[in-house]
Amino acid sequence: MSMRIELRNIFVHRAGLPVLEITNLILKEGRVHALVGPNGAGKSTLLMLLTGLIAPEQGEILINGQPVKDLRDLKYRRRVGLVMQDPLLLNMSVYENIAIGLHFRHVPGREIGRQVEDWVTRLGILHLLARKASTLSGGEAQRVALARVFVLQPELLLLDEPFGALDRKTRIGLLNELKILLPTTSATTIFSTHDEREVDVLADNRIELASGKISATNDV
Amino acid sequence: MLFNNPDVWEITLLSIKVSGIATLISLLIGFPFGTLLALNKFPGRAVLLTLINTGMALPPVVVGLAVAMTLWRSGPLGSLHLIYTPSAIIIAQVIISAPVVTGLTTASMQALDPRLRLQLQGLGASRSQMVFTIWREARLSLFAALMAGFGSVISEVGASMMVGGNIRHQTRVLTTAIVLETNKGEFISAIALGILLLLITFMINFALTWIQQRGVKR
Repeated sequence: MSMRIELRNIFVHRAGLPVLEITNLILKEGRVHALVGPNGAGKSTLLMLLTGLIAPEQGEILINGQPVKDLRDLKYRRRVGLVMQDPLLLNMSVYENIAIGLHFRHVPGREIGRQVEDWVTRLGILHLLARKASTLSGGEAQRVALARVFVLQPELLLLDEPFGALDRKTRIGLLNELKILLPTTSATTIFSTHDEREVDVLADNRIELASGKISATNDV
Repeated sequence: MLFNNPDVWEITLLSIKVSGIATLISLLIGFPFGTLLALNKFPGRAVLLTLINTGMALPPVVVGLAVAMTLWRSGPLGSLHLIYTPSAIIIAQVIISAPVVTGLTTASMQALDPRLRLQLQGLGASRSQMVFTIWREARLSLFAALMAGFGSVISEVGASMMVGGNIRHQTRVLTTAIVLETNKGEFISAIALGILLLLITFMINFALTWIQQRGVKR
């Protein structure tokens, strides 16, 4: 399952100032979209909007052709997965961290175990399952953050500068793994980045933001 | 000799019961209210926070006076006949303890990374799931709030004396008994009761600290 999203005449203001003004944007289902632009361009605001964490003052959002009143609705939010630049793992074991979103969805325990094991194997972190999250390295923690979202099988996968806090070697390794993993999910993926190499490796489509507005979109 | 006296056991159990119930009620008020104050912005929030922080330093004897005036036969709640009962002591102790628990809960919630809430919502947490998860994340600080709340009431004497009246077999608790024994010149008894109070406080805090520190990373 994946999601086709259409944004029409979206306006988001903060402290009276416009931070996002999107006249028309179509995010095609199953594709990987890269959001690029300088700091303050509106990349994170757009991701927060699509996660259902903020609401626009104006505009229309269509999911698979159907208008959606409020993306903050829990049913919508549970179709979406968000990975932030900082993994923000909880003070519990790696297994518990990865399983938490499934617990939120009241998935039975045996099914949780099966899904967690599947994704930690794919991400090469099976050996970390019993470790406390606080003992992980930056690269390990970001892999856990990715597993935590992949395990939810989201229709829309949102990655906010997911490699931004990693060293070069770890970043390249994870980037190559994601290049293989993303096509195995059917999720529509949107990731923000400052790095054009990440766009070249991962993206099907490049969306450039400047001062809250889309300045260019093109296929990669 | 002290431990053979049934009166000592009676006042000890009453102290634990009254302060335990007051602490429990304070938690039921303080955890949700403190979380609400920490996670939401609304008009008057700063004033409320200032009032809570002021409440953390309320003199027990002033609380006792206010509660006594309210519960006296001629007072607005006099018809409830609560003055000089354990219930009156619990009410006064809740007024002392609830701001302590609320204030410390607010501070511990605000100490967490604010992006954590966004991340949990981004993982599909409902409002209540988000709150329970951040309570779990802040459990060390919340246990500290619990211990501070209990400590503020098990050791207070002014409010218990004013609203309880230190009546034998009814409202006498350890702190009021210590004052009575001192006034009678029975210093040995007063010291023994003081040591007993310290011992109880230590044992309860030892148990809470043990629970708090389980699972803390080494």
